[in-house]
Amino acid sequence: MLVLQVKRFIDLISKTFYLILNFKGRKIMKKFFSILLTLFIPLSFTNASKAGGHMEAEVIHWWVSGGEQAAISKFAEAWQDMGGTWIDTAITGGENARGTTVNRIIGGNPPTAAQFNISKQFVDLVEQGQLQSLEEVASAEGWRDFIYPPELIETCEFEGEFYCVPVNIHSAQWMWINNEVFEKAGVPKPNTIQDFIAVAPQIQDAGFIPLALGGQPWQEGLMFDVVASSTLGFPHMAKLYRDKDVEAFRDGKMEMVLQTYRDLNKFIDEGAPGRLWNDATAMVVEGKAAMQIMGDWARGEFAVAGKEAKVDYDCVIPGKEKYVALGGDVFVFPKNSDPKVKEIQLKMASMMVNPTVQANFNNAKGSLPMRLDVDTSAADACMQMGLELIQQPSAIMRENDDWNSPAFTSAWEDIISEFRNDPNYSVSAAMDDLEAVLTSGL
Amino acid sequence: MYYLTKNLASKISLLPMIIISLTVFVGCIIYSFIYSLTGSKLIPALNYVGFQQYERLFKSRKWDVAVENIFIYGFVFTIGCLVIGFLLAVLIDQKIRGESLFRTIFLYPYAMSFVVTGLVWKWVLNPTFGLEHSMHLWGFDWFKLDWLVNRELAIYAVCIAAVWQGAGFVMVLMLAGLRGIDEDIWKSLSIEGIPKWRSYLFVILPMIRPMVVTSIVLIAAGVVKVYDLILALTSGGPGYATATPAMYVMENFFGRANLGQAFAASIIMFISVICILAPWAYYEFYFRNKEAK
Repeated sequence: MLVLQVKRFIDLISKTFYLILNFKGRKIMKKFFSILLTLFIPLSFTNASKAGGHMEAEVIHWWVSGGEQAAISKFAEAWQDMGGTWIDTAITGGENARGTTVNRIIGGNPPTAAQFNISKQFVDLVEQGQLQSLEEVASAEGWRDFIYPPELIETCEFEGEFYCVPVNIHSAQWMWINNEVFEKAGVPKPNTIQDFIAVAPQIQDAGFIPLALGGQPWQEGLMFDVVASSTLGFPHMAKLYRDKDVEAFRDGKMEMVLQTYRDLNKFIDEGAPGRLWNDATAMVVEGKAAMQIMGDWARGEFAVAGKEAKVDYDCVIPGKEKYVALGGDVFVFPKNSDPKVKEIQLKMASMMVNPTVQANFNNAKGSLPMRLDVDTSAADACMQMGLELIQQPSAIMRENDDWNSPAFTSAWEDIISEFRNDPNYSVSAAMDDLEAVLTSGL
Repeated sequence: MYYLTKNLASKISLLPMIIISLTVFVGCIIYSFIYSLTGSKLIPALNYVGFQQYERLFKSRKWDVAVENIFIYGFVFTIGCLVIGFLLAVLIDQKIRGESLFRTIFLYPYAMSFVVTGLVWKWVLNPTFGLEHSMHLWGFDWFKLDWLVNRELAIYAVCIAAVWQGAGFVMVLMLAGLRGIDEDIWKSLSIEGIPKWRSYLFVILPMIRPMVVTSIVLIAAGVVKVYDLILALTSGGPGYATATPAMYVMENFFGRANLGQAFAASIIMFISVICILAPWAYYEFYFRNKEAK
């Protein structure tokens, strides 16, 4: 089991490194012990699994924050209950994790399962025949009947076969509000971005940071998409991201969105560049900042800190029409030369869509399950909002990366990020650059 | 034939190295060039698109910033390391007490990886909880150190961290050179009554030229491939103000699933390095040989 030990060790290093990156003094001791535990528990149960069926599965994912780890451990527990061995390869940052996965596939040492987003990120892998088809288990269990919303099937299905397992739905367009800060500042809680811009100066005067942001391109891009979709609505966004409609892009509304985005910038503290999203969430949790625009995965951080939805914090989907963006995660199963691995992969795929596992996992993660027949009674008030919305097909919104390649979305994000950071980057220059990306055919 | 059989044993023993260099370096360069002409995304594929990737590269604002940054970084880092390293070496050369202690202190940063250096300086320079914050708490409200989050100055913050790490190494090299200077030269310099600073600058410095060249080569090699330091310190931000060519390549390789673009950028990097090195190599190996004859 030397290989396993080495992988454990690498896992430990990556987690320790994450702790260093996330310098949070008071949590470190607690986490240190939990890491020690994760190091030793598998050692003991490795021996047990040797006696059992030897279902060894290595899973690459990027769920490393407190709330996220609580969620992935639900999968691991369920897998271990089935008698399997779960080798956890957690890598900080989605880009790094996906890079590792692709490298290992090309290098001929693929993991059993790997995380991707609900997006076009893994299309190339399917087209090159690198992924295991899950059709066998999908048709046997009737995945097409229970996976909801049907857009998820579209994401995973290529030429009539399933190649990925959607595990959760995360919507990006939420405003996370610290109730106490708004009370202290004596201003009403906002329903739209524009509401927020109106009251933000008063929050600033009360000595708080109005808007917490991690200044990384993906977070800046997310905030831009929230501003744009809540102002323009989903049909208009689809014209941009799906149809690349230059006329719709140039109809004068986009300039307005960019201006609003720039206005928000005044309410962000100067320490933002390079900050991780969960550090920004922590600023809201601790009452240093009033609000963060972030996906519903931020809920997990509030839950870990023991805060209660609608009491300590509030969650708002900005805009007149409420949308729930169809983001989230999938697992793919790279082909392996060892035929035994396929069997393990199909079992794991089936485990991930199991209603009980789905309920446990999504309750811990703060995300919506990918099927409607899941027990969501444990969901808190914020999750309930999402659950209600997702049952209306008209409220389901697709995102930039559902339609476009990572090359397109990151070129887009680069411009948005530069626009936020460079006050001399004019709205009209940004419009020209965005149009160039739109028409680039990336 | 004579050239082939001369020192045959040493040539045979070098053969593995020659083969590895040829296949790994030259092979990979050819491979990169071929695939830079394709529209490869996540996985290498041979769908030729001509020089489209290069066209896209030169239109990219981010690439412009990256190229500009590598020149700023290269210049400030090289000069900074050489000047500070040489000064430290000269100071230590004054037969001071506790020399080994100071030597250790100055060399210590070099023992750290760039990632650690990056993280340390990230905390020191962070305006919300770093040095600026501490100074504010001590009552110096006017103190401002926002280099890391200022688009114009962020690349210089990177340079500071890099010089902090690299200067000690240059110091050690220079010190070794200074220690190799014959005592008699110092004696004759003092008999002539030449001030110390002039002796160092105009007599000793040219004498330790090999050390200076070694330092420059080692530093310059670090400049082109700078990636980990920036990743840890700024991740290329704010915006993409501290992007570098190596980072552009890595980003397109992995996160952006844009292999063709990454190959195109790396080929351009390679050509630029050749352009800078070729005249120098020509001078070092050709002209100097001639002079020697």
